[in-house]
Amino acid sequence: MNIALIIIFFFAAVALFLGIWATRGKKMNVDEFAVGNKGFGTLFVFLLIAGEVYTTFTFLGGSGWVYSRGAAAFYVPAYICLAYVLSYWMLPKIWRFAKNNNIISQPTYFAARYKSPVLGVVVALLGTIALIPYIVIQLKGLGIIVAESSNGAISPIMASAIGALIITIYVTISGIHGSAWTAILKDIMILFVIVFLGIYIPYHYFGGIQPMFEAVQAVSPEKLVFASEGFSVVWFISTIILNALGFYLLPQSFSVVLSAQGERVLKKNAITLPLYTLLLLFAFFLGFAAIIQVPGLADGDLSLLRLVNQTFDPWFVGIVGAAGLLTALVPASVMLMSASIGLMTGIYRLVKPQATDRQQLMVSKVLVFVIIIIAFVFTISGGEALALLNIMSYSLITQLVPALLLSFISTKYMNKYGAITGIIIGVSFVLYNAVTGAKLATFFPNIPSYLNDINIGMVALFANFVIAVLVSLFTHKKIVTPEKPVLVAE
Amino acid sequence: LIIPFIGMRIEPYVLGLPFLLFWIALWMVLSSVM
Repeated sequence: MNIALIIIFFFAAVALFLGIWATRGKKMNVDEFAVGNKGFGTLFVFLLIAGEVYTTFTFLGGSGWVYSRGAAAFYVPAYICLAYVLSYWMLPKIWRFAKNNNIISQPTYFAARYKSPVLGVVVALLGTIALIPYIVIQLKGLGIIVAESSNGAISPIMASAIGALIITIYVTISGIHGSAWTAILKDIMILFVIVFLGIYIPYHYFGGIQPMFEAVQAVSPEKLVFASEGFSVVWFISTIILNALGFYLLPQSFSVVLSAQGERVLKKNAITLPLYTLLLLFAFFLGFAAIIQVPGLADGDLSLLRLVNQTFDPWFVGIVGAAGLLTALVPASVMLMSASIGLMTGIYRLVKPQATDRQQLMVSKVLVFVIIIIAFVFTISGGEALALLNIMSYSLITQLVPALLLSFISTKYMNKYGAITGIIIGVSFVLYNAVTGAKLATFFPNIPSYLNDINIGMVALFANFVIAVLVSLFTHKKIVTPEKPVLVAE
Repeated sequence: LIIPFIGMRIEPYVLGLPFLLFWIALWMVLSSVM
């Protein structure tokens, strides 16, 4: 066992201890398990939402995308920033309704807003289908980080298995509290590691940040701007708007919103989080440095770890690996908890409405095991199904946007029939696109080439919206008892 | 809140960053300036 692996295991043990210790003095019930009894203040909400940004993507994908695709990676901080801007307006409305109606999950939010348990089932299934690829990405990323950092002393699959075991233990014991406390350790680690590496590497190899970019400009200037086709400006604009709309509809982000103490907590977080997201630029610096220092990698996702391995002593590589491990554990644990609570509230409560709180908590914990086993099977087997799911996760969950936005106002333009029909149309469009690889030109052969780069998820969303409104208008007069308007205090 | 949506080439370099990356970073800061 080498020094790097010892350091990684030490931090894994600390994370497990914190995750279990988080439940001290609390009587665990469903509300406490899922949303911390809606008692999280600004710091915990900040850490959990920031945790959704600083996943293994920061370590592998951010630098990896820059390494292989250049400026296309800039869409990530851009969409996250716009998601926070949108959240300033949107989240207080969601939180207020959830508080007044004792809602602890995304499916129950939609079911209550539209008075439709069927819509709750649709949302629960959609959320789980979209979440599993995300959990798999975290487990796979964790395996790669630990295996690379320890110089192959442990296999990626074994590392993924240990990570899956750790989060399963502390999620079943502590629920969202475990994620909140391990997030503290994670954010301290990632703050130190990413900022240090992002400044040290450019100065060590190039003498500064601008000289590094000038070196990249000399060998491949196309990496510093958007392409004229493919990952173009049109692709960038459509993708950041689509992803900004979908960001808080991912079940794990939605759960964190519901755990907040109040509206001002959410607004304060919206203000500060774009500044925190600037840290992603340091991960990008590492990708740009790797273009020059470790050229020719077949897998760009390994660029950061290869660069760190060739620059530092094994003990420091262990610190970097430990930070990488934590960036996988925290988001994966929130995703796992959100998926189990979503299925329990969306489906189990519907089947067994008289279930006691204790039974609901037990079912949630059993679902944690079921979901992690499914995710782990995908992690070790991979396969085409996962690749497809991975591509369309965001496009799938974004199909809830029309139903969410129009839920803020009581209107004839959206009812439960329209919402369900729109979601089905949008999801079908996304599935068709994922299987056939269709682009806009497939449907409209004569469109200008630059419009062909529009993210196809936007087209699905547009179709969803139009169909949902038409169906709602058509069924509006057929509903004998009109839905009671929801009074929203501004 | 519409302003950051409206806001969000290589040279000139600003603060050591290529102009496109600087532009995105600038709008992240301006978004906070919510």
